[in-house]
Parts: sequence; structure tokens; C-alpha cells
Amino acid sequence: MGVDLSISLGGARLTNPVVTASGCFGSGKEMSRFVDLKTLGAVVCKTVTPEARLGISPPRGAETASGMLNAIGLQNPGVQAFRDNDLTWLAERDIPAIASVGGQSVADYVRCVEALRGAKGLIAIEMNLSCPNLEDRGFMFALSAERTAEVTAAARAAAEVPLFCKLSPDVTDLVPIAEAAVGAGADGLSLINTTLGMAIDPLTFRAKLSTGTGGLSGPAIKPIAIRCVWQVHRALPHVPIIGMGGVAGVEDTIEFILAGATAVAVGTANFYDPAATETIARGLLDFCNMHGITSLDEIRGQVKIEG
Amino acid sequence: MNPVLVPTAPIASAERFGAYRQVTIQAPEIAASARPGQFLNICVQPGGVHILRRPFSIARADRNDGTVMIVFDPIGPGTQWLGAREKGDVVDIVGPLGHGFDVTADPGVDIIVGGGYGTAALSFLAAELEARGGTVHAIIGARTRTRVYEDAVLDESCASIAVVTDDGSAGVQGLVTDPMSEMIKRFAPRVVYACGPMPMLRAVAAVAAEAGVPSQLAVEEFMACGIGVCWTCILPIRSNGDLKHARSCTDGPVFEGEAVAWA
Repeated sequence: MGVDLSISLGGARLTNPVVTASGCFGSGKEMSRFVDLKTLGAVVCKTVTPEARLGISPPRGAETASGMLNAIGLQNPGVQAFRDNDLTWLAERDIPAIASVGGQSVADYVRCVEALRGAKGLIAIEMNLSCPNLEDRGFMFALSAERTAEVTAAARAAAEVPLFCKLSPDVTDLVPIAEAAVGAGADGLSLINTTLGMAIDPLTFRAKLSTGTGGLSGPAIKPIAIRCVWQVHRALPHVPIIGMGGVAGVEDTIEFILAGATAVAVGTANFYDPAATETIARGLLDFCNMHGITSLDEIRGQVKIEG
Repeated sequence: MNPVLVPTAPIASAERFGAYRQVTIQAPEIAASARPGQFLNICVQPGGVHILRRPFSIARADRNDGTVMIVFDPIGPGTQWLGAREKGDVVDIVGPLGHGFDVTADPGVDIIVGGGYGTAALSFLAAELEARGGTVHAIIGARTRTRVYEDAVLDESCASIAVVTDDGSAGVQGLVTDPMSEMIKRFAPRVVYACGPMPMLRAVAAVAAEAGVPSQLAVEEFMACGIGVCWTCILPIRSNGDLKHARSCTDGPVFEGEAVAWA
């Protein structure tokens, strides 16, 4: 019997559950030198804002144990240039695209969503409510259920494709925020964004990032991501979740699906293994064949917890 | 040409060069198109806690035997791991990456300025400039004698080589910028090419600009991906009066000295 890896993300059909994590894959052009984009479920693009942003000063990155810190500050060409260049490039190649939008006000998100109306090949929009590197971190939408609901409702009214809210693990209780997003009309959730971290050079006494703090990603944060997906899936079992945080191989992908994810996004692994996405997409099919899995629905959320 | 991922490239030779390691890797598909100024991104400690690749300037590409060479200082855990590899071991490499030095102008007189193991990439460049019919004068410097990279190719390709060291243990005591002004006056170069630590590049660019000579600098920045998607390795650049954050990996790593907006 054949394996069917296709999934639905709030109505958007994907041929398989392997997608890219925003900010770790550009819009696919550079990565297409290393992977066949057709093998992926969709390309989730780097976050765009209403106007172009220069981003922050270097140094912007540092390696940490089994992970890395980054502080880019949402450098991007603005939503219109992104639509004209990046989305067009993907559409010409028939690659399903998920745009990621960001901003510092409800109006910013609405402007982005409106600017993306009617874009060819756009199958969903991810609302980046949790970038840890904006000037006013205290205003990060995903820290508050109320603000998450407010921005989601406004964007939902303006959007004509499924809307996913990308949330932060840096909260005391993620479930009420996830519920607020879904209650305000989110079609699904992207879990998780980077978690705020910091590293210091012991010889120079300098913080390794120009901003002091930055987002931690990579295998180091996978257990946090698995926990978040599991908690939210348990509370909202019918809401599709794109799971991410340290996905580097097929086993990680299976782990996320067992925790309750519908799709899995590959992020930091692209940096050190440019072929990771295609390798995982192809490997997932082999894994299912080998273990007699005909659809991922059979194992989604099926983690066994003894005791 | 597009960069390629070679997950199991055998090491053809690994030896000491003064304080440095000089490693030659069998990778014909990379050697076929690699140019001076381009780099390789190499996995260090696969499966370990050091997840990111490390960028290395290409110090030689031999199309005939299909090898590429790198020269580095085994100073951190990643470079120490790579420095411990021996002939026959395999490494996971991506390359060639970035834009190399621009040598498309008509052959003429050029000056190269190298600091530490950065000179290795310029040795590769000097050979190319010389093969094109140009004349190359070199200024090479380092902290101390064991850190001066002067190989046979550099000796054969350059019309003159001035050596400077911080401690005077080789050549003249001083900095690479000390002999620059006089050499620019004497040789009237078209271009100053430089590779080395960032403070040195900044000083070299300033001296070249002062003398009205364009400079091309191969920069070294922290890079998470090396392939254009992470945006960690940006260098502030002035372009038509506007400040822009260019990626060292794909927009560089070679930049015009006058365009760099030093912090």
C-alpha cells in the first residue's frame, strides 16, 4: 500500500509535511542550488514588514553548544518588493509559498496581509508574532493573549488565505495564547520561534551579539519545542501545528508529529546542511515505508507517556 | 558556477606550515571553478556540539589533480578538530562560495597585502595575476616569523616581497601599512588586494584611498550559513550614498575598500 504524506494546513493542501522555517531559507532562490524545491511541502519565506528594514548592526550571530544565537532585526526589502521578486520567482517555478509577515503594530500586520492579496502561489500567511529582536521586545505580540487575539483578528479580516500564528516559547503558559490566536481566527499555529538567549566572550567581556540578547535556535532547543507542540496539541487537538525548533533529520520530524505537529519546519539545519530539507522529505517517505505507516494521521499526537 | 555540497571529500594531504595547518582536499567539482577570494564552508566536528560550518579562504585550486587547499590557524575548537584530520580522512565541504577578487582589468602592476594566514589566498591570487601577464608586488605581515605565510608559489609569482612582523623576528619590524605608501608611489599599482584580519583591512583600505588607489578586500565575518540565507555575516556598505547591509558570503567576501562603511 502506498504512503500518502499529503497534509492540510487549515485548508491549504501540501504534498508532504516538510517545510522551511522562516528566516532560515530566504525565499528559496539561494537554497535551490542545493535542494530540489519541488520535494518540499512549501517554502516559508523570511519575514517581511510593510517597509524595508536595514536590520541591526553586526555582530549578528554566535555559535553556542548545539545551537546558535542570532539577532538580525528583520532585515528585509519590504512586502511589496518581496511580492514582486520573491513570490513571483516561486510562482514561476510552481513552488507553494507561505509568506511570513511582521511588524510593530496591528496596522503593520494588516498592511502586509493586504499587500499580499491575490499573490499567485501564496497558500498561507504566517504571522510572526514572536521575533525576539525588535526594538521594543516588551511589545512582542506573542507575550500576551489579548494582543495576540487583537492582531490575529485584524489580519484574519484582511486575509484571503489560511493564517498561521507563530508563537514564542518564552511565556509562562503557552496554551492560553494559542487559544487566543485560534479564537481570533487563526487557522493554525507555528511552534516555536527562537527562545531568547545571550552569550558573553570571557576574554573581551563583550556580549557576542551587538544587541546583547538574541534568539537561540538549533538542536539545543528541540526539547522545548517538542514540549510546546505537545502542550498545545493536547489543548487544541484539531488545530494544525507547524512544529519547529532543532529539526535536523527524519527522527526529529517523527518526534514532532508524535507530539502533535501536522507539518514540520526545518530551520537552523539548513545553515550547516544545505540539503537537509530534501534529505528529510525523501527520508520521511522511506521511514513510513519501513515502519508500515500509510499516513502520518496514524501517528500524530500518539506519544506514549508511561505512568 | 554554482557551489556544490561534497559530504565526503578525502583529505589528500595535511601538514604544518609554521604555526598553521595546510590541508589539501580532493574535490574536483569544486577545484574546477574555484577562484582566488572565494571560500569553502567546512563542517567541523560532525554530529558534535559545534554545529556550524567554518569558512576558509581557498589558498589554491589545482584543476589537474582536482584538489583545493586551505591554510588556517587551529585556534578554536572547530579549527582544532579540522587541524587534527589526516591524509585519508574525509571532510564535508560546500564550495566554492562567494565572489572572488576581480582581475578582469587589463594586466598591469598590482600590490597584494596579506596578514597572517590571509596571505595564502593572495598567493593564489598572485599566481593568477602573474599568469595573466601582470606584475605583482607583495607586502606580507604577521605577529611573528612562524606566522608569516610565504610559500613557493608566492615567491615565483611576485616581483618583490616585503616582509613585516610585529616583533621583527622576520623582515622589518612594523605593520603592513608601514611600507605601503612608498610602494604605491614607486610602483603606481592599479589595485591593492588585501586579505587578513579586519583591523588590518581597514588600515590598508585607508592608506590605499589616501593614495587614490582602489582596494579589494577579502573580509572575514562570523557566518552561520555561508550560502546567503541567514543574514548574520553582513557588512555595512555605502552604495550611492545609501547605507546597505551586504552579505559577506554571497555579496562578498571581496568588497571594494572605499565602499565599506567601517563601524
